[in-house]
Amino acid sequence: MIADVWTVFWKEWKEFLLAPGSLRGNVQHQLLLIFVFAVFLPLETGRTLVNSPLALGYWASVPMMLVNSMVADAFAGERERHTLETLLSTRMPDRPILYGKVLAAVAYGWGATMVSQVFGLIVVNVVHGHGQLLLYPPSVAVAGVVLSLLIAGLAASVGSLVSLRAATVRHAVQTLSIVTLLFWLVPMLGLTLIPTVPATGALAPADVALRAADRAVALVILTAVLAAIDMGLLAAAAARFKRSRLVLD
Amino acid sequence: MSALAIRTIELTRDFGPLRALDSLDLEVPAGIVFGFLGPNGSGKTTTIRLLLGLLEPTRGRAEVLGFDPTRRGAEVRARCGALLEHSGLYERLSAADNLEFYGRAWRLKPAERKARSRELLMHFGLWDRRHEAVGTWSRGMKQKLAVARALLQRPPVIFLDEPTAGLDPVAAAALYQDLSSLAKSEGTTVFLTTHNLAEAEKLCAQVGFIRQGRLLAVGSPGDLCYRNAAGSLHAEITGRGWSEEALTNLRARPEVMAIEAQRDRLQIELHGRAELAPLVAQLVHAGVSIEEVRKGRASLEEAFLTLMEEKQ
Repeated sequence: MIADVWTVFWKEWKEFLLAPGSLRGNVQHQLLLIFVFAVFLPLETGRTLVNSPLALGYWASVPMMLVNSMVADAFAGERERHTLETLLSTRMPDRPILYGKVLAAVAYGWGATMVSQVFGLIVVNVVHGHGQLLLYPPSVAVAGVVLSLLIAGLAASVGSLVSLRAATVRHAVQTLSIVTLLFWLVPMLGLTLIPTVPATGALAPADVALRAADRAVALVILTAVLAAIDMGLLAAAAARFKRSRLVLD
Repeated sequence: MSALAIRTIELTRDFGPLRALDSLDLEVPAGIVFGFLGPNGSGKTTTIRLLLGLLEPTRGRAEVLGFDPTRRGAEVRARCGALLEHSGLYERLSAADNLEFYGRAWRLKPAERKARSRELLMHFGLWDRRHEAVGTWSRGMKQKLAVARALLQRPPVIFLDEPTAGLDPVAAAALYQDLSSLAKSEGTTVFLTTHNLAEAEKLCAQVGFIRQGRLLAVGSPGDLCYRNAAGSLHAEITGRGWSEEALTNLRARPEVMAIEAQRDRLQIELHGRAELAPLVAQLVHAGVSIEEVRKGRASLEEAFLTLMEEKQ
């Protein structure tokens, strides 16, 4: 099982990032991402990136965007390029194919987020540190690492479900864009509708709520809920993975 | 391994109101090249998908190397190589990486993967270009690589759906030669679909004709040619000493349909199943000096077309 997952993981990474047919474009794409997430945004955000608990939003949003770009291609891309049926005709069992693809997307999204965070921290320190070492509070750092991993898992699981059914990559990307939009929009709308919190800006209620609550408990609950959702979605994707259905789709 | 590599019993598959495969009864002995021939949309690809466990039958069942593909698809796929309707290659990856991936997928050991990939790439003349992205290759080169991939793990059964599509005649002939020797030397069962009936006739020990999901005929190419050659057999006899009496006696035989004498040659049309030897004996007895007897029969292509017309 692990060897098969690793085999699919290897192929996904090789094809998505390192393939000779797409290496140059990918390098440019990655450099652009690093510039946006590790240079531009930290420069704009300044010390807030490190001090505010809202930084967790940054930790959460980056992996989702990155994972979406890879996972949309997972099955829809194979179907579009007529490689899926050949892959399914091998001895490779269902689960390793699915898990390998999910893991590859998670590793990419989460790994790139970690790299962006490190670069971002360096940029904030250089530009806004004024001789002082700026670091995330330990609780935020731990929460950020775990949260971004779980968000990457969430995005990869949702993306797999979408990609399993999508006829083309474009269709998968369009569906995932709507899902992502809803993912952010619904909680934000919910928070703005809380009447007891004065709304001084779109994100102010979240900031106030996070500051007021016991952060550790809130984060543990959030982590547990996200982990449960991840597992549920992955199980749903596994249940949907039927060779005959994939061939006919 | 059972004596039969592939067996289907009443195998049927519907797609909504369309019956793609209709009660297919087929037995393919192990270690032969079996040609599955039929027009586009006749059910050839559906049959391969069912045999690989990629589709479930609506009715009936199949066995590949003794395993039911519906219930034990993993066991079937573990023992089969396949080149399906599309080459299925990862075009952004290099040829070496494509084989590396499938070698890992088949759990070949690293040294074995490397050696086998090298052997196949050298064999198909792709070794020098192994690091190029496959997407930049010609269709023929991709097809060769796809065949190499199907052979990678030395499977006991190989399914090849139009393996020579996109290949030039020389490459196609070489591939057929490879498949033939593979079946002979390694006992591999090759189940192939093709439109190249001339090659199928030379290569296949058995062929099956399928049309609109129904198996019309199955047997050796020679047998099918005799059975479906529009009911006639053509022979040409060269010799000296033809007499009117000899020709008249020949015409009187019930199996003779027509005779045409041309100087030292005699063209004879016989009913399909007729034996030629008694006619030759009769001519010799009549004083004709026979130099050469050539028995012509319909090609597989003619037999195929005849059968398709009959069943239409």
